[in-house]
Amino acid sequence: MGELRRFRLPDVGEGLTEGEILSWLVAVGDTVTVNQPLCEVETAKAAVELPSPFAGTVTELLYEVGAMVDVGAPIITVDVGGGSAAPVAAPGEDEVEAGLIGGPAPGGRTSVLVGYGPRTTEATRRPRRSGTAVAARATTPQVLPEADDGSGADRPPLLATAPDVTSKPTRLGGLEVGRAVEANAVADAQAAADARPPGRGALRPLAKPPVRKYAKDLGVDLVTVPGTGPGGVVTRADVDAVLRSRAPGTEVRASGTGSPGGTGGETRVPVKGVRKHTAAAMVASAFTAPHVTEFLTVDVTRMMKLRARLAVRPEFTGLKVSPLLFVARAVVLAARRHPMVNSSWDEAAQEIVVKEQVNLGIAAATPRGLVVPNIKNAGQLSLAELATALAGLTATAREGRTPPADMSGGTITITNVGVFGVDTGTPILTPGESVILAFGAVREMPWVVRGGKGRKGKVRPRQVTTLALSFDHRVVDGELGSGFLADVGALLHDPGTAWAY
Amino acid sequence: MTALQQATEVVDPVPGADAPHLPTPPDLVQLLTPEGQRLEHPDYSIDVSADELRSLYRDLALVRRWDVEATALQRQGELGIWASLLGQEAAQVGAGRALRPDDMAFPTYREHGVAWTRDVDPLHVMSLFRGSDMGGWDPLATRFNLYTVVIGAQCLHATGYAMGLQRDGAESAALAFLGDGATSQGEVNEALIWATTFDAPVVFFCQYNQYAISVPIERQSNVPLYQRAAGFGLPGVRVDGNDVLAVLAVTRAALAAAREGQGPTFIEAFTYRMGAHTTSDDPTRYRLASELEAWKLRDPIARVKAYLSRSGLADPAFFAAVDAEGDELAARLRQGVLGMADPAGTEIFDSVYAEMTPPLAQQRAEFVAYHQGFES
Repeated sequence: MGELRRFRLPDVGEGLTEGEILSWLVAVGDTVTVNQPLCEVETAKAAVELPSPFAGTVTELLYEVGAMVDVGAPIITVDVGGGSAAPVAAPGEDEVEAGLIGGPAPGGRTSVLVGYGPRTTEATRRPRRSGTAVAARATTPQVLPEADDGSGADRPPLLATAPDVTSKPTRLGGLEVGRAVEANAVADAQAAADARPPGRGALRPLAKPPVRKYAKDLGVDLVTVPGTGPGGVVTRADVDAVLRSRAPGTEVRASGTGSPGGTGGETRVPVKGVRKHTAAAMVASAFTAPHVTEFLTVDVTRMMKLRARLAVRPEFTGLKVSPLLFVARAVVLAARRHPMVNSSWDEAAQEIVVKEQVNLGIAAATPRGLVVPNIKNAGQLSLAELATALAGLTATAREGRTPPADMSGGTITITNVGVFGVDTGTPILTPGESVILAFGAVREMPWVVRGGKGRKGKVRPRQVTTLALSFDHRVVDGELGSGFLADVGALLHDPGTAWAY
Repeated sequence: MTALQQATEVVDPVPGADAPHLPTPPDLVQLLTPEGQRLEHPDYSIDVSADELRSLYRDLALVRRWDVEATALQRQGELGIWASLLGQEAAQVGAGRALRPDDMAFPTYREHGVAWTRDVDPLHVMSLFRGSDMGGWDPLATRFNLYTVVIGAQCLHATGYAMGLQRDGAESAALAFLGDGATSQGEVNEALIWATTFDAPVVFFCQYNQYAISVPIERQSNVPLYQRAAGFGLPGVRVDGNDVLAVLAVTRAALAAAREGQGPTFIEAFTYRMGAHTTSDDPTRYRLASELEAWKLRDPIARVKAYLSRSGLADPAFFAAVDAEGDELAARLRQGVLGMADPAGTEIFDSVYAEMTPPLAQQRAEFVAYHQGFES
């Protein structure tokens, strides 16, 4: 008789509430030993491997890669008894040994090391010994069927109770937990109701989500796989068997590049990590700050010439004197004349916070996604120092080693879309900032040049770029935004203007 | 593939390119090279028997096995936190085995290897990290003080204790443990000043493990730590902290000098924390994987094993027996931790004063009554 145990996501870093499953290192059907790594989890503090507390056979992975899991929620089921466990039959609550996760602890309390709070059986408050409290408790629905603890033979299995659970709010220990488990349970129940064993007109073969992904990654259509699991469920081993039976030399698709047939399918990419962070920040910004974007096309030929002259000076030995450097410098100088652009809207206090120093953010495309590290107090740096800071910032960002301190406290951002060869865009503000400047590609373009008073304009090839400035209209009005943008443009058009600043 | 392996491949294809330079003799006292070759040193020769050497290997291996199990238990939610000693086994076992039974050790919160040499039950140490008690061992019986989490504070405790030994006329010494980060603490500087001024029989054993959490030595000192001792007026020695024989020899000599009234010594054990600062820390944020790879080549246990094997002092059966003993230990510790009872909340009242005071007794009664007011 097999005995099923569930491993709950522990708090691996003092006071964490959730973690993201980065990868599973085991699959359903695998035999695991105590301390064998089960999965990699990323928390707010670190990415760590979780070792198995049990020895046995993996029967269930309860979350997919990419899922955010609440601390205390079960993530994996292991059959520790060996032999044939009835699916879903988990040990009753009382069978969990004292001291084990979720097991009873002295004093009648639930062992709380996992998740720092008794969340397994009770609602948010411990019941007091009083008449009303007891009455109130009696009407409290028994929350969560606790797939991990529930059911001997006399108890209904998880799938039967799962839909009931989703109809009720499940708040445990002050946190909503286990939503994904419930959703999975409902989906599985639905699948069980819909599907029939393969070969008898099955609509969709039965398989656990990790097995589905495994098969999809390897380019195996589950319909073609005979399932040998309980009730005809397709297991990982079945997928492997089909793979082995293929003709030798058949190349197997390595990973999620779509189905081999390429019949207009779609690839679903889980939203996580930097992508997730970027999305949240952009939504927050776009829907709180009313954005206005202004454009300015500038002849920057003189700036490009100055750049060539400066680059050969000894101060810039080994440094990249890029057009972005001049834009950065121009933004800092212009911000000095228009200090209100270097500010932040404080909704809670109903105040505009004007910053004393410019921490200049540079949007950088990295292998992990978009990050915006900033150069602290950029206004105090010489041009060479600014060039050094820019080079360091981007190199660090590309290596993915930008420390969190470099990404916080920015006040103005530049996004250099020109490096991608495009002319301009309408940038979205970095949350907490009031202006962002997009710097487009510098191109040789026909430009009308006037030689002097009374002369007719002539069309000449000139180095031209387009600047786009988005600003938060709560803080910056059109006049101020235009003045700032015009000053940046003037400094790039004629760098000599800087003498006047 | 683990995160570590990935980082190794992505960050730096040349192992060791960024690892700190390992100082070489004579600045560094070394008796056993990373390759397992015995060296001689003019000031710190040591004569260890085959039995002692095998015993040291057993200490190192079992301490590491304990540490690995504790880290796993934390990841399984059974310990609140764990400060891993991975990589520092030789520094701790060498220092611990240099102590005489009557000497007194003052640890930080990472000296599991020293606790082992003082016969402190590992479960007593782990109960502290589980939050079941405040450290269950008897500091006087084991001559191993309770763990001190306040950085550097134990150096003052050790110095005060040593001054007491001096006044008692006892021929014992105190051994204070500290890390490189602690050298920037006021307490440590005060302790060094007091110890030298009064010639207290105390040895300061600094495990320079390269990082004060994430802060490298460049932010702590612009001279090697052992050279700082000169400014306080005590001898400073730098020893290869991954060489258990050298650590044993240097610490023995320093403790002997202290007992004989020659005053304190500052030992810098040059070592490396292979794991995270604690289980809450992510070392990949401040150091490169290549650095860790380079230090793995200087592993404190591998060199003893190499020496034992090469010189014919131990056979494969011995190593297998030690491994088996390690697994037994790990199983015992796992079972012990899982079976630890939650503490009664009243303990906090019971150990505040030598005798219970009336206000405290009243508070205790209220506390008990409050908790009895719950159904479960």
